[in-house]
Amino acid sequence: MAQKVLMKGNEAVAEAAIRAGCRLYFAYPITPQSELIEYMAKMMPKVNGTFIQAESEVAAINMIYGASGCGRRAMTSSSSPGISLKQEGISYIAGAKLPAVIVNVQRGGPGLGDIQPSQGDYFQATKGGGHGDYRVIVLAPNSVQEFADMAADAFDLADKYRNPVMILADGLLGQMMEPVEFKIAKTDQEIEELNKQHYDWCMRPNVDGEERHHHEINSLELDPNVLEKHVLSLNETYKKIEQNETSHEEYNINEDNEIFCVAFGTASRIVKSAITELKKKGHNVGLIRPRTVWPFPSEAINRAITGKVRKILVFELNLGQMVEDVQLSVNGKVPVDFMGRVGGIVFTPDEVIKKIQESL
Amino acid sequence: MQVIAQRPKSLMKIPFTYCPGCLHGIAHRLIAEAMDELDICDKTMGVAPVGCSVFAYKFFDCDMAEAAHGRAPAVATGMRRARPDMCVFTYQGDGDLAAIGTAEIVHSANRGENITVFFVNNAIYGMTGGQMAPTTLPSMKTSTSPYGRDVNDIGYPIKASELLATLEAPYYIERVSLLSPQEIIKAKKSVLNALKYNKENRGFTFVEFISTCPTNWGIEPVKSREWARENMLKFFEIGCFRDRSKDHEGGEK
Ligand SMILES: Cc1ncc(C[n+]2csc(CCOP(=O)(O)OP(=O)(O)O)c2C)c(N)n1
Ligand code: SF4
Ligand SMILES: [Mg+2]
Repeated sequence: MAQKVLMKGNEAVAEAAIRAGCRLYFAYPITPQSELIEYMAKMMPKVNGTFIQAESEVAAINMIYGASGCGRRAMTSSSSPGISLKQEGISYIAGAKLPAVIVNVQRGGPGLGDIQPSQGDYFQATKGGGHGDYRVIVLAPNSVQEFADMAADAFDLADKYRNPVMILADGLLGQMMEPVEFKIAKTDQEIEELNKQHYDWCMRPNVDGEERHHHEINSLELDPNVLEKHVLSLNETYKKIEQNETSHEEYNINEDNEIFCVAFGTASRIVKSAITELKKKGHNVGLIRPRTVWPFPSEAINRAITGKVRKILVFELNLGQMVEDVQLSVNGKVPVDFMGRVGGIVFTPDEVIKKIQESL
Repeated sequence: MQVIAQRPKSLMKIPFTYCPGCLHGIAHRLIAEAMDELDICDKTMGVAPVGCSVFAYKFFDCDMAEAAHGRAPAVATGMRRARPDMCVFTYQGDGDLAAIGTAEIVHSANRGENITVFFVNNAIYGMTGGQMAPTTLPSMKTSTSPYGRDVNDIGYPIKASELLATLEAPYYIERVSLLSPQEIIKAKKSVLNALKYNKENRGFTFVEFISTCPTNWGIEPVKSREWARENMLKFFEIGCFRDRSKDHEGGEK
């Protein structure tokens, strides 16, 4: 039976990535994700993996482009300012249809901001982030356990759809310690099998006895008609992802809700404890927590709008980013209200309770 | 009948897209011939740059990646680390390597990545229509240095080979010329050395080609080679800046 260990989120996601078959990791140090790069520096040599402290986040993401282009599980991580630098590479990775995993342990912005937890990169993560018409699958954990679990999910999704996947965490999830139970580590043989699923397109040697191949990893196409076709085919993939991979958690959602909240990641933990407190006082408030923020669980939010619901409250550690997706989802059916804190400040359960009580 | 010259096997059977008289095609050919001679094509991957040679990924008959502008050495790093049993090379222009990609080339050289970098120095941005490059000569006119490169304002051209030769790790660094058949024969030897060392896992190897851009220099092909000889070779001296195989006794001479 697997044992629970007490670990920081940053270390747990690194350990889980290695167990999921990640053998190439490239990154540049930045607070509050440095434990992640340090864990990889320590552990990768022990599994015959590659660890490189790159000269910049730009270089790191382009190393991922090269390694993923060879069909191998590769990961990079950073925090907000470094994720901005990676956007060029993420766009190329999406354009070239490469699987890749990127972890963002968000901190306060804009600019250098601070090193406290934030959800200020929601727009950047879910709306593309770099240039061009593309999507990144974005997973939003709210516990150390889920942070770790999502590492394996991220690699599977990246492989399945040949698309970049981001785990959108924040400084709190990265730094805090919680008990976590890990999946059994993949063996070298299992990892080799995973790599083979990419053999029909990835860069690899020509093998004796097989027909010679010429594989190109590329996002350039100068013929507008061909490029349009390519972008449309990416869009087909995005539709499939929306259909199959949207994920959320419901807490106290029921027929009698007059109000429910929407929050993701760290913010959702605080909203959940506020709702639990209110429940004790006899108030029936629900919570929808998107586990994927792209694709966004619009349907789940709409389903929760039963006859009695008169308001949706959105809580984020930014000045209102996901709230736009909630508004788009409900399309004016009910009013959507918002509360956020920024600068690296996390609202307290009391602040959230007060905000909810204004509407009760 | 004896065949004395034919298309290298390591080149795809499609025509180049370069301007008449452009030397990119010669550089491609030398690399492909060396790949044939070393019999490494089946175990080689290349990285194309952003620049006139952007379509290099279509021209070489091995697996190829097209990198973002300047990032080829980082992409090559990821490829080589993912497939340490393969030869990896990049092919880059001067804007790609010595301006936007300065950090990536310096640090991959400094890590001693086992990759070969082919660097085509034509003193200009060819693809975007003749703007100033980090290698544009002093006083040379381009579309973004219309009064001539003013070294007091924008600095001197960067000598990439000399710069990289200040680092400990690189195994082989040589600057060669593509301006005449004799020089091309010498350049071929350098390309062969670089790929041979690569195959032998010796570390970072680098070949700089002094090239031309008749189209954007506005000088017809033959004269452009004369112009390059008169001007570029004076500034960018031909020579081997590093050959670690000669560091050891009994090493190749
Ligand atoms: C990020 C980015 N900036 C600018 C460009 C535009 N661009 C394309 S090629 C090029 C210069 C290429 O010059 P060089 O590397 O010398 O190659 P050449 O065409 O001379 O062979 C530039 C600036 C780009 N594609 N990407
Ligand atoms: S623009 Fe210059 S470098 Fe580019 S193909 Fe033409 S001659 Fe060659
Ligand atoms: Mg150039």
